[in-house]
Amino acid sequence: MNKVMSNKAVIALYVLPAFILIVALIYGPILITGYYGLMDWNGIGAMTFVGLENYTQLIQDGQFWQSAKHSFLLAFFSTLSLVPYLAISLILAGKIKGSDLLRKIYLIPMLLSSVAIAQLWVKIYDPNNGMLNSFLTMVGVENPPSWLADTNLVLYAIFVAILWQYAGFYIIIYYAALKGIPESLVEAAKIDGANPIQIAYKIKVPLISGVIKVTVVLAIVGSLKYFDLIYVMTGGGPNGASEVIASYMYKKAFDTFDFGYGSAIAFFLLLITLVVTWITRKLTASEDEIQY
Amino acid sequence: MKNAWHKVLFSFALVLMFALAACGGNEEESEENASSGENESDSAKTIEFMHLWPEGSSKQHHEIVNSIIDEFESDHPDVTVDVEILGNEQYKEKLKVLSTSNELPDVGMTWAAGFLDPYVSGNMFAPLDDILEGPLKDKFVAGTAEAYAIDDVTYGLPLELNITPLYYNQRIFDENGVEAPETFEELKEVIQTLADNGVTPVALGNKDRWTGSMWYMYLADRIGGPEVLNNAIDRTGSFEDPALIKAAEEIQELVDMGAFINGFNGLGNDEAKGYFINEQAAMYLMATWDLPEWTTNEDNPQEFRDSVEYTKFPTVEGGEGDINSYVGGPGVGLFVAENSDVKEEAKEFVTFFVEKWGERSVTDAGVIPATVVDTEGLDLPQMYIDILNDLNEASNLTLYADVQMSAGVADVHLDSIQALFGEAITPEEFAKQQEDALAAEE
Repeated sequence: MNKVMSNKAVIALYVLPAFILIVALIYGPILITGYYGLMDWNGIGAMTFVGLENYTQLIQDGQFWQSAKHSFLLAFFSTLSLVPYLAISLILAGKIKGSDLLRKIYLIPMLLSSVAIAQLWVKIYDPNNGMLNSFLTMVGVENPPSWLADTNLVLYAIFVAILWQYAGFYIIIYYAALKGIPESLVEAAKIDGANPIQIAYKIKVPLISGVIKVTVVLAIVGSLKYFDLIYVMTGGGPNGASEVIASYMYKKAFDTFDFGYGSAIAFFLLLITLVVTWITRKLTASEDEIQY
Repeated sequence: MKNAWHKVLFSFALVLMFALAACGGNEEESEENASSGENESDSAKTIEFMHLWPEGSSKQHHEIVNSIIDEFESDHPDVTVDVEILGNEQYKEKLKVLSTSNELPDVGMTWAAGFLDPYVSGNMFAPLDDILEGPLKDKFVAGTAEAYAIDDVTYGLPLELNITPLYYNQRIFDENGVEAPETFEELKEVIQTLADNGVTPVALGNKDRWTGSMWYMYLADRIGGPEVLNNAIDRTGSFEDPALIKAAEEIQELVDMGAFINGFNGLGNDEAKGYFINEQAAMYLMATWDLPEWTTNEDNPQEFRDSVEYTKFPTVEGGEGDINSYVGGPGVGLFVAENSDVKEEAKEFVTFFVEKWGERSVTDAGVIPATVVDTEGLDLPQMYIDILNDLNEASNLTLYADVQMSAGVADVHLDSIQALFGEAITPEEFAKQQEDALAAEE
């Protein structure tokens, strides 16, 4: 066995299929996108090389920065929402009644497809027949807002749906990490007289800090390239009030047939994501790895 | 050890499988090419035909197409028609891909104006003026074939036609003591009465934006006549024409009156239609593709279908437009590929198809064809008959603005519409935004 596995040719053979796939499906298209970003191209006819013109246009594009602002807002709120998720996981991982059932309930949104979730929330937010406004009218609100049509509210209304969509995902990650903490550590703390809040704050959270860092990166990167619910629920409207980078890119490339510009946005988004990921890693870096 | 060699063999097998799969695809393709080549040498000609009505989603369309092809083949024993069918979105994608490699089917389907443009400038579609002047002269409803013309050369023959009547719910109108409006002033009165009585006057799903565009286009037509908007778009006029600004002002006045359903900018068209079908809104401006919903669709309650009526969009007092002018447009049309090796046969097929389609599409599929229909003796719901008769009297057909414009400007137009309805911009800004976008393209 060892003899085979140390054979370079065999290693190469095993790696090859995955390598070919990842180059063909991920790195290749990234390079091609970068190349298209330098072109003036409508997706059908001939391409003309325009150099960095798409990018200079992008830098001056107010609509792009508007949608970038929305993407960063989403990243901010997603990161912030990790705190309550962590709190819920801490409670679920403790020995409370029905935690098994609750955990499954929290996971359900993860199992639905994005389009189904979007449809669900569109129905909830429906200005006249929707659940939310029916409830508001019932408790005596005179003119409940039309959530998805109000330019000041639409973005936050969708954020609620997005955070709800991903709650189960982060809760399950935290839950698994917390279950991995050796019981003996918690018990030792108990014997030393620590109360449950101290145990959570001083023992459990530091022990899963590695996982927390990963979720922060996931939340930020996921938010920056977020697309699904926005596209289905409002298509970026009204008047671009809920446009994010990815939906703006889609609109440019596929609705207005400006593939060159769309590709430039896509490539720029990749750069933004890389930089932000790098900054996040730097900010959350710590010297010591935890040893049990 | 033995186990490890098994794994190596297995991965070899995997790699081979991929390689073989790839080869397989190629082989099939080359076989196809070979067979079509043979056909040609046998003087039996093959017309490749691509359409977008799969049996599953558009059964009636699909059947009509098949029977037309059968008829054509039996009339022309030396020609076979090779059909490929894709769903709407895949169809558009595939057409684009095929055109980049210059392998378009001999006959296929296209949309008007903006969609057509890149294909025509890429010299992909054959001019069809000889058919229009010849066998199909005067067969089309005025303004339909023109939508497929670029620089006065026609590249497509329309199959479908939609106009946009104002549907209303007679029961709701009766309950509130109002009647179908004939002038814009009357329409406003109806809206005011309904709004005062707590009834939603108009269902509008302006998340989709083109829905609001129809309202704007009608007002522009009724105030400034059929030419102002067209002229603004083809650059013989300006979007800052007083009539176009006036139309935008009227839109905002309607919004202020509460004419449109609460939260219309966040509602999709399907949701808005839902309100109309649930009798929660009194009026709905939509194209005739929705006619089956009000007549034959069994999913909607009979009571509702009985109470739906339609009226032509009212005229504005002192305005230029006349009541028989419609906003609308042809749906899909047929093209013939420029580099087709059986161009003559393809043209013959297209002509045959348009004629037969015109005879059967209304009765068999409920689709209004772009060719003139004789309603005498047709077994159709009354609303179809009325609309077809109206069509024969149509004085003008203004193609949907977002279809007339190029994709980039259309997007500006649609965004401006949403902003106008949302009162985020003034009528003057609305006009200027579009004027700038149109001017930038010249």
